[in-house]
Amino acid sequence: MKDTFTMDCPQPRLLDETHQGVIGTGMDRPDGPQKVSGTAPYTADNPTEGVAHGALVRATVTRGRVAGIDRASIANLPGVIDVITDPRMTRNPAQGMAGEAPVQPGDAVHYHGQPIALVVAETFEAARDAAQRLKVTYTTENAAVTPENGEHEVGEPDAAGDFQRAFDSAEVQLDREYTTPSQVSAAMEPHAAIAEWKGNEVTLRAAQQMVRFNKAELADTLGIDESQVRILSPFVGGGFGSKLGLGPEAAAACIASQKLGRPVRVVMPRQTVFDCVLRRSETKQRVRLGATKDGRLTAISHDDQVSNLDGEGFAEPTSQASQFLYGADGLSFTQTVARIAATPAGSVRAPGEAVGMLAFESAVDELAQELGMDPLELRLKNIPATHPLDGRPYSVRRLADCLTGGAERFGWKDRAVKREGDWLVGMGMASAARSNMLVKSAARVRLTGDRAVVETDMTDIGTGTYAILAQITAEMLGLPPAQVEVRLGDSDLPGASGSGGSFGANSAGSATFLAAKDLRGQIAERLGCAVDDLTLQDGRARGANREVALSELVEAELTAEATIEAGETAETHFSSGFGAHFAEVAVNEWTGEVRVRRMLGVMAMGRILNEKTARSQAIGGMVWGIGGALTEEMVNDSRDGHVVTRDLANYHVAAHADVPRDMQVVFLEERDDWANPIQTKGIGELGISGAGAAVLNAIAHATGVRIYDFPATPDKVIAALEAKG
Amino acid sequence: MKTTLTVNGEAHEVTHDPRRSLLDTLRDDLRLTGTKKGCDHGQCGACTVLLNGERVNSCLCLTAMHDGDEVTTIEGIGSPERLSALQKAFVEKDGYQCGFCTPGQIMSATAMLREISEGAPSYVSDDLEVPKLTDTEMAERMSGNLCRCSAYPLIREAIAMASEVSQ
Repeated sequence: MKDTFTMDCPQPRLLDETHQGVIGTGMDRPDGPQKVSGTAPYTADNPTEGVAHGALVRATVTRGRVAGIDRASIANLPGVIDVITDPRMTRNPAQGMAGEAPVQPGDAVHYHGQPIALVVAETFEAARDAAQRLKVTYTTENAAVTPENGEHEVGEPDAAGDFQRAFDSAEVQLDREYTTPSQVSAAMEPHAAIAEWKGNEVTLRAAQQMVRFNKAELADTLGIDESQVRILSPFVGGGFGSKLGLGPEAAAACIASQKLGRPVRVVMPRQTVFDCVLRRSETKQRVRLGATKDGRLTAISHDDQVSNLDGEGFAEPTSQASQFLYGADGLSFTQTVARIAATPAGSVRAPGEAVGMLAFESAVDELAQELGMDPLELRLKNIPATHPLDGRPYSVRRLADCLTGGAERFGWKDRAVKREGDWLVGMGMASAARSNMLVKSAARVRLTGDRAVVETDMTDIGTGTYAILAQITAEMLGLPPAQVEVRLGDSDLPGASGSGGSFGANSAGSATFLAAKDLRGQIAERLGCAVDDLTLQDGRARGANREVALSELVEAELTAEATIEAGETAETHFSSGFGAHFAEVAVNEWTGEVRVRRMLGVMAMGRILNEKTARSQAIGGMVWGIGGALTEEMVNDSRDGHVVTRDLANYHVAAHADVPRDMQVVFLEERDDWANPIQTKGIGELGISGAGAAVLNAIAHATGVRIYDFPATPDKVIAALEAKG
Repeated sequence: MKTTLTVNGEAHEVTHDPRRSLLDTLRDDLRLTGTKKGCDHGQCGACTVLLNGERVNSCLCLTAMHDGDEVTTIEGIGSPERLSALQKAFVEKDGYQCGFCTPGQIMSATAMLREISEGAPSYVSDDLEVPKLTDTEMAERMSGNLCRCSAYPLIREAIAMASEVSQ
């Protein structure tokens, strides 16, 4: 295996010089025909001979210990095989990229709904019934379940300059508090696992996003070596963060299968997904902005309070984008974490921006209103020269182009509040930002004749990995993409970043690129030309005045494996995707109903690898913005912390009728040479960042009232309209 | 207990737990796993199949209640080698991302197109006698099928495209 490539200096744009012409095109997904015909095998679809069915039993107290499990209470139910309790069982999914076992609580209960046992039966129906009937006794302890009552850990501020002095002396000040509720990923595929042991080795089919990390998490959970673990996740029915870490269903399936000597399948019912898969924390946010009368920001502060269970290291990075979007003389960002006994918090699509930008970009908009200034102009005026906190230069940033280009396309300058019967119509906008990452990744490319195979444990959770890795390889090797097979989601393959943090395409894509680049060198050698003189196109190699078909030149398999990781460019330059969102909404003045009429997202996110799948992700993010602004709210009971909204009828994700046809996305041409050798930036999360704020700002434009407690449900809109009179 | 079903034109006699849902019969007894379980409570639509030609959430159907009934699943619509017009349109328009809700969207859309062609109105129909296949009609009639990846506008573009092809 070759040495690891570290990203220490800007990289040449080889993908702009190759000849196949498939990179960036809106190629259909190669996995599409399987998905639309129902033949793509998601975890629970795999036929397994002799499989037993497991159902997780959830704690019905908030904090305490399991005092007794009355196995006799279900022993007479037909089909029940066993009740599994084991010190290796886990409390909740591992946090993203943990690489070690999540908390294994033994008989301790840390939150209401925590898995405490697995009932295994011959049928799904028997397991479900028995899990509900199983009699469990507990000893209980008191615990704080609301952030107000939890113990508060106040962090050190991230700061530059003297915020307080700048704010106190500002000509115009804005000081607002916002709240957002907990949210959930709610991937359509519930968490699922099928475990089967052969000797002392376990194969786990599971719905996971980060196979390399999950393998380490499972081995650590079970107390075995990683070489004894194989994880298969070739198709994942959505993740959005919820499947980053190894889940309790996977640990339980492996433990039960080992004990019973037969394969065990555990699929979480939807309610269990709500109960014990990591949520996005609720937030309380205070945004303070100071400015000169002509709209120069002098002071920026975005403080937040989030929550998590004791000992969980994750804290929603609420002010992540606020820290580098605009400049000021003094900036300060302080986070407080409240410790509560509730479903632990973790990464949900765009941790930080998804809720932080709702508040921050609402505040910026309101400041523009106070200043009597166009919100577009205020944003354009305050784009900083360098990172406001650490002074790093930006790698490449087209925020201003996104703002002005979007405004022009959307008809921003002609905006005026319109009345259409009972409906008030207005427009809003917001900036978007999502910092960009590169995570260590490996991939192997094998070439035989004019057919290539890409192998990596990278996952495709709907993001389009199958498509883009085929395109990168096809482009580099001069092959039609149909002649490239992509194998993913198998822990026996080279380990990639996994899908998370919008870094999957950057990371696994770069590893694939480097492996294919290595093969180009091997091909050039066979052809007898310098690699710079090599042209690969349509299965033919040209160079040194020769042209040969790859099928002749590469009779025996050529193989290359490459690994990439972040290097000095991550220290010297700050890389982030930027964009601008615009929304037009109609608000019913009597019912408070908000209808999104159209949206536009203009985004600069480096090289686009596949125009079609990139657009899909961007639209998906914008729809999540609508959900965060208008409908999504997880409610926990304030007495015992249990999840009240634990199904899809009570937790409102956007449906068809919530989303207009007119959802436009424009990608600006961009190459980030500092980010990675394929010049890409992450896509999956930039679409959310600011999208919901554009909707909220449009409500303010249409009605003249602002909501500070999100989502802006009709009851809150009516109350605000009534208060205004 | 035993129930006889005709699924995708083929007769099956299944022996099952009385509590078995039609969804679990399709998936686990007949190994037709194209139909997905997203919530098991009739809230997401991933399990949509045609029951005697009408779209239903198969998770809300008890197998025992459907002796003699005819079921069409996604496997009865088309295979990767022989996709229906709707399935092809979903691929071309990228009317999906993770693909988990997709079989349900396609089954629901298949029935929805027929419902409109037969003149069944909806809450948003301007003309109760002759409803048209507008985006608003599609959005209303497809709202029982959730897509968390949020491919909604593209799903509706795909349905519109397939409808044009078939006309």
